[in-house]
Amino acid sequence: MNSKNLWTRFTKGLLQNADDDTANRYRILRRNIFILMFLITIVPLIIMAVIYQHEYQASLKKEIVNPLKTLANKTKHSFELFLEERLSVIRFIASSYSFEELSDQKTLNRIFKTLMDEYCCLIDLGLINKKGIQLSYVGPYEFLGKNYSKQSWFHEVVVKGNYISDVFMGYRQFPHVAIAVLRRTEEGRYLILRATIDTSKFDNIIASMGLDQESDAFLINSEGILQTPSRFYGKILDQYPVPLPMGNYGPIVVEEVDPQNRKMLVAYAPFAKADYIMVLTKQRSALLKPWYTLRSKMLFIFAISVVTIILVVFKLVDTVVKRVKEADEKRELAYREIQHTHKLASIGRLAAGVAHEINNPMAIINEKAGLMKDLVAHDDQFRKKEKFLGLTDSILQSVERCKGITHRLLGFARRMEVQLVELDVNELIQETLGFLDKEALHRNIELKLQFTDNLPYIFSDRGQMQQVFLNILSNAFAAVEDKGQIVITSWEEDSDTVGVSIRDDGSGMSEETISNIFDPFFTTKQKGGTGLGLAITYGIVKKMGGEIKVTSKQGEGTIFTVYLPKKAKIGPGE
Amino acid sequence: MENLKILLVDDEEEFVTTLAERLELRGFQARAATNGEDGLHMIEADTPQIVILDVMMPGLGGLEVLKRIKAQNPQIHVILLTGRGSTKEGIEGMQLGAFDYLMKPINIEELIKKMQEAIKSQP
Repeated sequence: MNSKNLWTRFTKGLLQNADDDTANRYRILRRNIFILMFLITIVPLIIMAVIYQHEYQASLKKEIVNPLKTLANKTKHSFELFLEERLSVIRFIASSYSFEELSDQKTLNRIFKTLMDEYCCLIDLGLINKKGIQLSYVGPYEFLGKNYSKQSWFHEVVVKGNYISDVFMGYRQFPHVAIAVLRRTEEGRYLILRATIDTSKFDNIIASMGLDQESDAFLINSEGILQTPSRFYGKILDQYPVPLPMGNYGPIVVEEVDPQNRKMLVAYAPFAKADYIMVLTKQRSALLKPWYTLRSKMLFIFAISVVTIILVVFKLVDTVVKRVKEADEKRELAYREIQHTHKLASIGRLAAGVAHEINNPMAIINEKAGLMKDLVAHDDQFRKKEKFLGLTDSILQSVERCKGITHRLLGFARRMEVQLVELDVNELIQETLGFLDKEALHRNIELKLQFTDNLPYIFSDRGQMQQVFLNILSNAFAAVEDKGQIVITSWEEDSDTVGVSIRDDGSGMSEETISNIFDPFFTTKQKGGTGLGLAITYGIVKKMGGEIKVTSKQGEGTIFTVYLPKKAKIGPGE
Repeated sequence: MENLKILLVDDEEEFVTTLAERLELRGFQARAATNGEDGLHMIEADTPQIVILDVMMPGLGGLEVLKRIKAQNPQIHVILLTGRGSTKEGIEGMQLGAFDYLMKPINIEELIKKMQEAIKSQP
């Protein structure tokens, strides 16, 4: 099903009163309102959470990136300062002493001793001439007379005036850095002073950064060779496993994934004079710890909100749909009642018309037959007098029967003439039962009276009330088998109403019969039923401002319950 | 009781003439009219003690006839006949001065009883 269809179905189900399958309709309505309400409450929440997460992450990163960059830069400066200090003291010596003095082993020894006192980490010091030959040397190695002219650093110091080497392992497997300066004397001679520095001071500088467990700081050269040991990436002269950013750059921070699959933030700060890059790495997870804490809190709140929303929405939708359903049912009931009233009214008018039309010819038949009877009765000579009188009587009886029918029809239709008197309902029922006593006796039907004593009087019409109970009782008698039971109960429903129920243990009725039972001309009796009795009963009870209800189960019996107001409120009639 | 002068007014001729004949058989002086105008003329010509009057008649309606009778001869007892179940007309007629009303088809014995009551009720 495509989305358009879904949407159409959704809106149709939500907005239209589709009166197909009713139960289904409310289920769809409930589902749709639920989805809609859920969406309009949850979606903004989700959007807000996403935006918040995004913003927070961005600002957090900024707050992390900047200090990282600063720290890398600061440390780089410390290194530079350290190296520059050594370079400048070598430069100072080169300027302060003559070529002869420096080439003198004794003088150089003295200078080196003084330097050792003042500056840490010096390993050796030596003078090299223009041709690259070591002329004098103080230090642990035997470098006197060594020729450096083929080495790259020598050319670099000749061109640039000073040189700082990468870290290298000396003969004693100590990391060293060589520094060298070039001076041109007044006589035009070249003087190269070269010193080697122990890099243990480097470790001190890095240690002074005070890094946590997830962080790492080290120096590399431009080829990525480690110049100081790294916590995560190996010892000196190992290859730094992460590719370096390309091009010339100042201090920068980049995100990297290292070979151990750790997400890192890495700050690179290249040195200005030496071929070093200060590297500072920090694991993202450590950096983002506050963020993760916040996120889990937010997730928790989010989950609680969602659950709360679901519960509230569910309850709300349930209530709303129930209300809608109730309103629908009430409307349906009112509509059916109106329909019923209209049906009764139109049938009533029809019945009245028919009855009236029939009454006139019936009156003629009545009088003609009556006259025939009169004439024959007075004629003693008439041969078949008895037979004739029998015939006319039979006609008159038939007319009487017709009259009964038309009068019932008219009674059903007419505006009922009401005479309100005080009535004892119990007594009224007893009286009505008088009409049926014989049948009860004959058929062995048990009549059980469960009357409430001292039932308040109702103010209503005796004849019509009698008709109400007679009609219901007649139906009950018709429903029960011989030796059946009919229970009549009366009670005070509330301060304004008296209730009477008539229960039989007869055959009961189907749903369909119940729905039609008060309709005029509806009958289930095989013969003799006009289908008007209960319609009239219904009309009377309604007119008196009362209620009549039927409950029935097939095979178990039927209960008619009548609620009568203590003071009949006469409603509009035909 | 016999020799009572009765006028029957009903548009159903068969009904009214037959009923008149039956009343004659019982010793009443019964005449019949088939519409309101004729009925009123006959009252003027020979005033009866009792008028039996159909409510539903074409032309001059029964209640109108009743009004005119009561206007001119308030001593005449009028018994109304209705073909309709509605007792509205019957009650209206009684408010206009009719003695009582009966629903068609009528039972002649009942009618006679009503007439006797009407005569007795005379002050």
